[in-house]
Amino acid sequence: MSESTVQKKNSLGVTLALLAALVLLFAIPMLIAPEAPEGEEAFGGTDAAATEQLEEDGYEPWFSPVFEPGSGEIESGLFALQAALGAGVLGYAIGHYSARRRNVTEPAPDPAEPRADG
Amino acid sequence: MHIAEGFLPPVQAGLWFAVSAPFVVHGAREVVRISREKPEARLLLGAVGAFTFVLSAIKLPSVTGSSSHPTGTGAGAVLFKPPVMAFLGLVVLLFQSLLLAHGGLTTLGANVFSMAIVGPWAGYAVYRLCQSVRLPQMVGVFFAMAVANLTTYVVTSLQLAIAHPDPVGGFGAAAAKFLGIFALTQIPLALAEGVLGVLLFRGLVAIADPELRLLGFLRAPVSQEPANV
Repeated sequence: MSESTVQKKNSLGVTLALLAALVLLFAIPMLIAPEAPEGEEAFGGTDAAATEQLEEDGYEPWFSPVFEPGSGEIESGLFALQAALGAGVLGYAIGHYSARRRNVTEPAPDPAEPRADG
Repeated sequence: MHIAEGFLPPVQAGLWFAVSAPFVVHGAREVVRISREKPEARLLLGAVGAFTFVLSAIKLPSVTGSSSHPTGTGAGAVLFKPPVMAFLGLVVLLFQSLLLAHGGLTTLGANVFSMAIVGPWAGYAVYRLCQSVRLPQMVGVFFAMAVANLTTYVVTSLQLAIAHPDPVGGFGAAAAKFLGIFALTQIPLALAEGVLGVLLFRGLVAIADPELRLLGFLRAPVSQEPANV
């Protein structure tokens, strides 16, 4: 096996290990997280928790959002839209660069270059 | 890390705007300057902005039984230096406060300060520190991402504690209370963001080598010879 093939295999191994670590970092917390108290949603957002805490302490916000998504469903849809827009641009960039690399490693014959057999 | 609309007293909300504004203006000028001077890097600049856009939309579960979201600001800070993130972060936070009722217009200054200014600068500082003690570059990337994420939430906790000190324990007790809500939840997320950052940079090193050299992330100068000589 050539050295570069070994390197490629190692690199793939590292990538897979990193992906596995990523999955574990979410799977383990979900398994060991304490159960939500009766009547409360499990895995509530921390931002909302801070706000609720303040409201419990008697604080009243002096300004309300200019636009509120009508329901949790609409809100998650808009969050999905945000993620989709970001992922779209990111995917375009990665696709662009990776296609360019392919073109560089397998260069097309240059028509301007005089051919040796000409 | 989004302080909700109306949850900071008007004077403090105004002060955070005043603090953040120069960073955002400088960041916007940096974005323009980089696009003009290094047009090849434009797409990459869009990519790091998009990375923050995706990550800050995704709420993830954590050990505490709460969920929270990553910030993704470390990547841009490492590649383009922190100022650009002040501007890109503003765009993200504005989108969320206008369309998602997440964060707010009155608290925009404070939220920009935590997510788009302190987070990226802290991440960048840690990256440079790792570089100076000659740790592998990807270790630096890992800590930059994780620290940018975590410091953002620490700053949010402190901002809330300044605005809402505990009636008995004052600022300290309030800070402990808000850190209790945010910090522990954020640790696994910060580690996950570090891992994701390493994956992103490994990918970029493989496909965007000339741009990373142009930006100084990879050392050797860009080779000028055409590929087919």
